[in-house]
Amino acid sequence: MEIHRFEKAWLGFALLLIVGLIATITYGAVGPGVAMISDSGGTIDSSALGEHEQFSDPGVRQVGENEYDVYVVAQQFIFRPGTNEPITLPADSTVTFHVASADVIHGFSITGTNVNTMAIPGQVSKITVEFDDPQTYGLVCHEYCGAAHHEMAGTIEVVPQSEFSIEGTDSGVADLTDEDADADGGEN
Amino acid sequence: MVRYCFAVAFLALGAGGLFGVIQALHRTGIYRGFIANQDYYTILTGHGVLLVLVFTTFFIAGLFLWAVTDSLDTPVASEWTTKLWFRLMLLGTLLAGTAILGGLTDLVPVSADVLFTFYAPLAAHPIFYIGAALIIVGSWVAGINYFRTFFSWRQDNADARIPLRTFMVLVTMLMWFIATMGVAVEVVFFLIPWSLGLISQVDPLLTRTLFWFFGHPVVYFWLMPAYLVWYTILPKLAGGRLFSDGLARIVFVLFLLLSTPVGFHHQYVDPGIPEGFKFVAMTNTMFLLLPSLLTAFTVVASIEHGARQRGGTGLLGWLKALPWDNPAFSASALAGLMFAAGGFSGMINAGMNINYLVHNTLWVPGHFHLTVGTAAALTFMGISYWLVPQVTGRPLGLRSWASAQPFVWFIGMVLMSNAMHRAGLAGVPRRTAVPQYEGFEYVSAYGSYAEMRIQIALGGVLLFVSLLMFLAVMWDTYMNPKGGRLTVNSELPAALSGPEASPKVLDNLWLWAGIAVLLVVLAYGLPLASLVGDGLFDPGSAPVPAWLAGLLG
Repeated sequence: MEIHRFEKAWLGFALLLIVGLIATITYGAVGPGVAMISDSGGTIDSSALGEHEQFSDPGVRQVGENEYDVYVVAQQFIFRPGTNEPITLPADSTVTFHVASADVIHGFSITGTNVNTMAIPGQVSKITVEFDDPQTYGLVCHEYCGAAHHEMAGTIEVVPQSEFSIEGTDSGVADLTDEDADADGGEN
Repeated sequence: MVRYCFAVAFLALGAGGLFGVIQALHRTGIYRGFIANQDYYTILTGHGVLLVLVFTTFFIAGLFLWAVTDSLDTPVASEWTTKLWFRLMLLGTLLAGTAILGGLTDLVPVSADVLFTFYAPLAAHPIFYIGAALIIVGSWVAGINYFRTFFSWRQDNADARIPLRTFMVLVTMLMWFIATMGVAVEVVFFLIPWSLGLISQVDPLLTRTLFWFFGHPVVYFWLMPAYLVWYTILPKLAGGRLFSDGLARIVFVLFLLLSTPVGFHHQYVDPGIPEGFKFVAMTNTMFLLLPSLLTAFTVVASIEHGARQRGGTGLLGWLKALPWDNPAFSASALAGLMFAAGGFSGMINAGMNINYLVHNTLWVPGHFHLTVGTAAALTFMGISYWLVPQVTGRPLGLRSWASAQPFVWFIGMVLMSNAMHRAGLAGVPRRTAVPQYEGFEYVSAYGSYAEMRIQIALGGVLLFVSLLMFLAVMWDTYMNPKGGRLTVNSELPAALSGPEASPKVLDNLWLWAGIAVLLVVLAYGLPLASLVGDGLFDPGSAPVPAWLAGLLG
């Protein structure tokens, strides 16, 4: 079959572009370490979140120096916590969100950032984020979840470390010691 | 039958477009008087299902029927089967349409506010799923009929190369058979029994994965017919002929091979799916760019050839020699131009790490209004100006309206789509009635949010005006008396480099279909096995009716 020389050049250019795009993404994963949401959060019985060790009382837990776990339940049409009370976190911290849905598929997106995951019944979304400077972020459900989907939003407040105290949040583990924290972190 | 298919397609287009303009005005806050916020999702479901399922499937079924019988120069294999698939698809449309519109009124106890992406556990009335299944089954019967027509032609033409248009139709249908398996299993084995209460729960992630098995290749079911038009008819309209027949066949084979094993790129931010599977889907998706990039070259080269035949000269001066006043040409060419832009935003969507930024934001509708909403839809409209007079024997009505219509669409889409892309980058979510949340504002890198909203609304209105112009032209054409000078002819010139120059193995459809299935098994075998591994219905969810949840919530 005859392939014109301009066609050959274009074909070469197209393949170069494709391989280049794949290379940039691979670099993003192994260089700056952009990790994908994966199955590391595990599965869960969505109809029985109330009996779950962590999701029965969702909120912020300290699991190390400047390291926090946040358990969030997404349900029609609120984030718990997030909607009725903001999720408060200290600046310069590493935060792992664990998000579970209690009913239908929701989204969990912190606007203006690349923190973005689906909350699918039966699955736990686990995503680790670093918060640097104090700032208030919007939290949005970006997956249609029913007739009042457009009401489902929340707030994340990153405050200076000096103003942060875990007692201020409804975490239920305010008097966490360092040993407890390590044990808790190790389970995840 | 081609006429009937087009008539249903145009009705769906009109209703879907009306829903579209209501949405554009509602969500931008320009005018919210048409509907209540909770009804927005009914309108959105109608817009999606009517345009991307009903309009496209009927138009494509008609276009393919014409392409096969015209290029093989034989009648269709079975008139009876043709009536069967048309009726199946029509019945499916009526059932699904009833379910959707039922959501607007309390008079009928049905609703289907589940959007075109009908993820469990939000549940629609069973007739919605049954209707959707019938549309797809009807399209299968149509595909079988195209194949039977081809086989009967083959008996008399044992050694001839498959005519290009028929080749494209058959390859597209093979791709469609493979791709729709996912949604067929989802709907028939899971959603229909679940919505009827026969099984108590389904695994949301499994059904969602089956949906996206179909959900990305379906866009190629819309695009490949547009490519058929760009490859076989557009060069002639430009005054020339196709550049290379062989390369066109290679492009379609590549689509058959690569279209289906890519669905996981819609699930980059889904929990429960290992990173490795997402990476495999990403590389497949990137290679799927290849046939589109090749198409860009061949189609532009063919148009340029046509323009030079018409006396065009210079590096870019040939562009002026093109028949921009011919709506069939200008619509297809403008659609191709916008598809190039849509292709670039698609490359961005396909990148796993950048996807974090744009997933489920307004960027995504911005993208697919360029691909499906312009590359496919505007091409279909444009080629109707050429094809409808031929199949009805009636001259095109309102010619000056027809000439202006593609440009109005183009301007409307430029405004709407570019504002949607930018709003998406600022984090504005898609699929929401009132994207103004309490307590925070979207920060845009360029321009203001208010200005983007006005652009989206204005673009939406222009698109609707353009749609009305198109429907008026079609109505006038159908009302014209038969006979008279049609000013179009169906002769298509042979390609510059014809099929005899390309290897014969390209025509071996069973070989390509076999490889395509193998690739799908490789890409989906392990992920599906691991999803099913924890039980077919576990972790499970019972149906949640969207309307009930709204009332209780």
